[in-house]
Amino acid sequence: MSKFKESAASKGAPALNTASLPDIVFMLLFFFMVVTKLRDTELKVNVRTPEASQLTKLENKSLVNFIYVGRPTVKYMQVYGTKPRIQLGDKFANMEDIPLFLEKHKLQIPEKQQTQITSSLRIDGDVTMGIVGDIKTALRKANQLKINYSAKPLQKK
Amino acid sequence: MLKKKKNHRMSNEINAGSMADIAFLLLIFFLVTTQISEDKGLLVKLPPWSTEPPPDFKANSRNLYSVLVNAQNQLLVRGQAMDIEKLRENTKLFISNPRQESDKATNPADAIVSLKNDRGTKYSTYLRVYNELQAAYTELRNEMALKKYGKDFEFVTDSQKKEIRELIPLILSEAEPTAFGDEK
Repeated sequence: MSKFKESAASKGAPALNTASLPDIVFMLLFFFMVVTKLRDTELKVNVRTPEASQLTKLENKSLVNFIYVGRPTVKYMQVYGTKPRIQLGDKFANMEDIPLFLEKHKLQIPEKQQTQITSSLRIDGDVTMGIVGDIKTALRKANQLKINYSAKPLQKK
Repeated sequence: MLKKKKNHRMSNEINAGSMADIAFLLLIFFLVTTQISEDKGLLVKLPPWSTEPPPDFKANSRNLYSVLVNAQNQLLVRGQAMDIEKLRENTKLFISNPRQESDKATNPADAIVSLKNDRGTKYSTYLRVYNELQAAYTELRNEMALKKYGKDFEFVTDSQKKEIRELIPLILSEAEPTAFGDEK
């Protein structure tokens, strides 16, 4: 009797079987790998795209260039003000920078596919059409005619 | 005493054999339910830039469906104010003209939708109007595909799609915006 008691005390709390812990960790890892989107550029403008129903998926990511338009984030308000600005790549830009930006992107793409280049316009819903119209004109002048107004799917009410 | 020993052994181990099953269950659950953020948007083809003045629309005015959006985000459709909710239905009626009325398009292929906005129009309003106009065409094409082939437009073959596209072409012209409400 006494012998048994002693051995139980020395064992302490029973160890949990942790054999499946790696499984869980891997599961979480895969989950986050799938869900998170790698963003290579830091957004310096606030972009909340509007909702729409007639959406088309952007197919080939390497054939897409992104133009962001919105008001600068709090961090950059001091320097860039609160008016809507354009962001190309990872920096603020002006209308005049658009042709060069498009040309630089075009150079990375084989000539065969250059006609399929799409410009994805990520524009904040609260921006007025003035700046958007100017961008459209700039794109037309640069002969970049395939554009995609980025939008979220409609939320059902 | 014997009974006590048995009890002790039972609490010693938790059966972890089913843990993997639970893990996979969770994994599949998340995979199914989460919406992987995709880049989606309205695909638009801009007209090429030219310095020449655009050709004067000699089109019969009954075939022209003009939509104007002002800086207060209000709509003027063919000279009359309209709610954005009614735009899709109204556009569909105009294009298809089921009762052959004399003030609507003679033929879906002849219908021209013209969109004009102000520089002060909010982008979200503009996109919503654009979306409604595109949706009107999509719905009409769907209806025709259903009637002809018993399938939705996106499921018919490519040649059938082409045929329907020729019958109901999406002709949406955008005029130079006005500048009454420009942001200072």
